[in-house]
Amino acid sequence: MSVATITECPVCAGDVEVAGDVIVGELLDCGDCGAELEVRALSPELRLDEAPMAAEDWGE
Amino acid sequence: MVLVCTGIRAEEKLLLGAFEKRDAPLRIADDREIGGNLGSWPEGLPRADVVLLRSKSHWRNVVLARWLAHLGVRTVNAPEVLETCGDKIRTTLALHAAGVPAAPASVAFTPQGGARAGEALGFPLVVKPAIGSWGRLVGRVNDADALETVLEHKEALGGAPHAVPYLQPYYELGGRDLRSFVVGDRCVAAIARSSTHWRTNTALGASASAFEVDDALASVSEAAARAVGGGVVAVDLFETDDGYVVNEVNGTMEFRNSVDTTGVDIPGLVADWVVTGAGRAAGVDSEAAP
Repeated sequence: MSVATITECPVCAGDVEVAGDVIVGELLDCGDCGAELEVRALSPELRLDEAPMAAEDWGE
Repeated sequence: MVLVCTGIRAEEKLLLGAFEKRDAPLRIADDREIGGNLGSWPEGLPRADVVLLRSKSHWRNVVLARWLAHLGVRTVNAPEVLETCGDKIRTTLALHAAGVPAAPASVAFTPQGGARAGEALGFPLVVKPAIGSWGRLVGRVNDADALETVLEHKEALGGAPHAVPYLQPYYELGGRDLRSFVVGDRCVAAIARSSTHWRTNTALGASASAFEVDDALASVSEAAARAVGGGVVAVDLFETDDGYVVNEVNGTMEFRNSVDTTGVDIPGLVADWVVTGAGRAAGVDSEAAP
């Protein structure tokens, strides 16, 4: 992918703009519902999943 | 070199770019794909002589750090640093051992013990899980009745991470605290975190602004970093009438809000330190690892 793509949020079905330089594993936020999304695949087509919920030992 | 993470956040993307610029590209390993027999190299992890551990999970970082140390592989941060920073009790003890000014903290093994600790600290106070971050389940407690309720709930519902409550006095700081960034034992930048809420975690929406690193802040920050074992850490501090006091030290620091804010290329400095310091010091032939 070299140009930004609009795809569907798997949570709210809103439009999510995905940058052209996105990589697998990258985390994005849906501007409509605020869900954290994860890029799971770039091909054969761009696939976003909802990112895992924060667990108790997550943090810095 | 490999970067282990749980999805790629802004920090990981900045680090990937910084290492790429230095002709030391990082391979990415998703911690959800890693596992296997502890007697051999972790499945799902590319061979490497330096591994940057940036899982979101404290336990995954600690387990991988210990596993890789057993295999003779250098990790950033080192296992003992991750273990100490990830546990507020161990952090406080390390700061005390090194003589670093630290926010007072008490622990208790029962709600009754917690009540006594609370009376000794005075109210309001703050109750935290010893392991946890982003301000999660951190509570300001204004009186003994509320403390009793919180501690009884922790005992009944909290599970292992809440078995030993960690209590600190509440500092009235006008809704702001400081965070400094230490890379390789040098304090490179600092921010002030401000919020209308008493919790000043940027994960909870606090805003960040640049804060000048004066000699005192650098000295305390660097001493705190050394106390936990050094490496790449972020130090949370309070400004008190008695000077800077360390609240926590973070072993897998987040800095997305601090690069533009401070004008300091934090990921670049991390990459420089890893490539010229930890990387060179690793001294482990990846082919020789089991």
